Amino acid sequence: MIGHFSYIVTVFLMVAGLYILIACSNLIKKLVGLSIFQTSVYLLYIVPGKLVGGTAPIISPQYTVYSNPLPHVLILTAIVVGVATLALGLALAVRIREAYGSIEEDEILARDHAVIATEAANEEPL
Amino acid sequence: MAIAVLTLLLTRNLFSVIVLSGIYSFLMATILVALDAVDVAMTEASVGAGISTVLLLGALSLCKSEEATPAHKPWLPLAVSLSVGALLVYGALGLPGFNDTAAPMHQNVVPRYMQNEVDVPNVVTAVLASFRGYDTLGETTVVFTAGAGLIALLRRRKKIEPVESGRKDDA
Amino acid sequence: MKNDLVLRVIGKLLIPFILLFALYVQFHGDFGPGGGFQAGVIIAAGIIFYALIHGVATTRRIVPDCLVETMLASGVLIYAGVGLAGLLFGGNYLDYFVLDPNPVLGQHRGIFWVEVGVATTVSGVMLKIYYMFASRSGSED
Repeated sequence: MIGHFSYIVTVFLMVAGLYILIACSNLIKKLVGLSIFQTSVYLLYIVPGKLVGGTAPIISPQYTVYSNPLPHVLILTAIVVGVATLALGLALAVRIREAYGSIEEDEILARDHAVIATEAANEEPL
Repeated sequence: MAIAVLTLLLTRNLFSVIVLSGIYSFLMATILVALDAVDVAMTEASVGAGISTVLLLGALSLCKSEEATPAHKPWLPLAVSLSVGALLVYGALGLPGFNDTAAPMHQNVVPRYMQNEVDVPNVVTAVLASFRGYDTLGETTVVFTAGAGLIALLRRRKKIEPVESGRKDDA
Repeated sequence: MKNDLVLRVIGKLLIPFILLFALYVQFHGDFGPGGGFQAGVIIAAGIIFYALIHGVATTRRIVPDCLVETMLASGVLIYAGVGLAGLLFGGNYLDYFVLDPNPVLGQHRGIFWVEVGVATTVSGVMLKIYYMFASRSGSED
């Protein structure tokens, strides 16, 4: 159980991110939740690569034990892709705000339903 | 870090949410240093705490900074996320424990990476640019595509003005 | 924030060092932590810092949009070009061993150019994203 403590931390962060993602209706807060979810995945990859007594994977004659470099490489690219997708999501949020005047999911849905209802009402007399 | 996340959950003011997420990123970067992932920590500190905070604030300046009070009860999302968490914990108990040198991830390709046949001391750079060059090429393309998509989303600024001023963009 | 003396002086002092640090991170990435991604982000952060102090319009004159857009595309092209160079020298795509008579030097050359390409794209994209958001808010307020 002690050996799996790090996974518990990861799962806690993941659940918190997931909860923000589902429960908050604000689009920007949803994106923050998504980035927390992402960081929990970083931990999930990096933690098993650590070896106690090892050093960072930079080869030097003084050290013999190094942590595993492979997850570092994978996560390095994931972080940069993560910020690029975050920016794309924010751009979408800004466009939604311009189109609907709001970034709250409930208000957007309500407006959509209202538009559909009026369209249906306009079509019926014909 | 747990405190930062929990406060983030409960705060309604989006400005403090963004600042808290910056603090959270810095804490995550220190944890990554402790886990020997110096390259990742550097990226997380500059990207997570630097650039994404600036971007979130930039987007916030275009939107309202206060979150509306939720219309629904939070019980259903809470139940869903807690059950997902319970499943994940159950699954994680089957994974190799912390500091397990016999774990599969330390066995397959990593010893070859560590032989340093390209003579670059920082193994992360060597693996990133040389051994996994295709990955990084695809990843750079993803970043480029995200930039291009963002330009496509946010470019159309002159839509209110008459048509002839729209021509000036092309020059 | 253009008239804040403290910010302007500190900015003038810090920005050259931020850019210098980015170059250090870029070219010392073989020996210590760092590489193209981090360097690109730090370059972008330095210029964004300048833009926060002096305004986006001034920054757009110094680092114009066409330059940023060229960076955005040319980084990917540099990366792909290294791969094609490997093909031309008779190896596989993205094979660095053939780039130099000495295979290890060829690897160094390949890694160097790949990192340059990554840094160019990443800093271009980050700057472009910032410009996009900043110019939006400027036009509406």
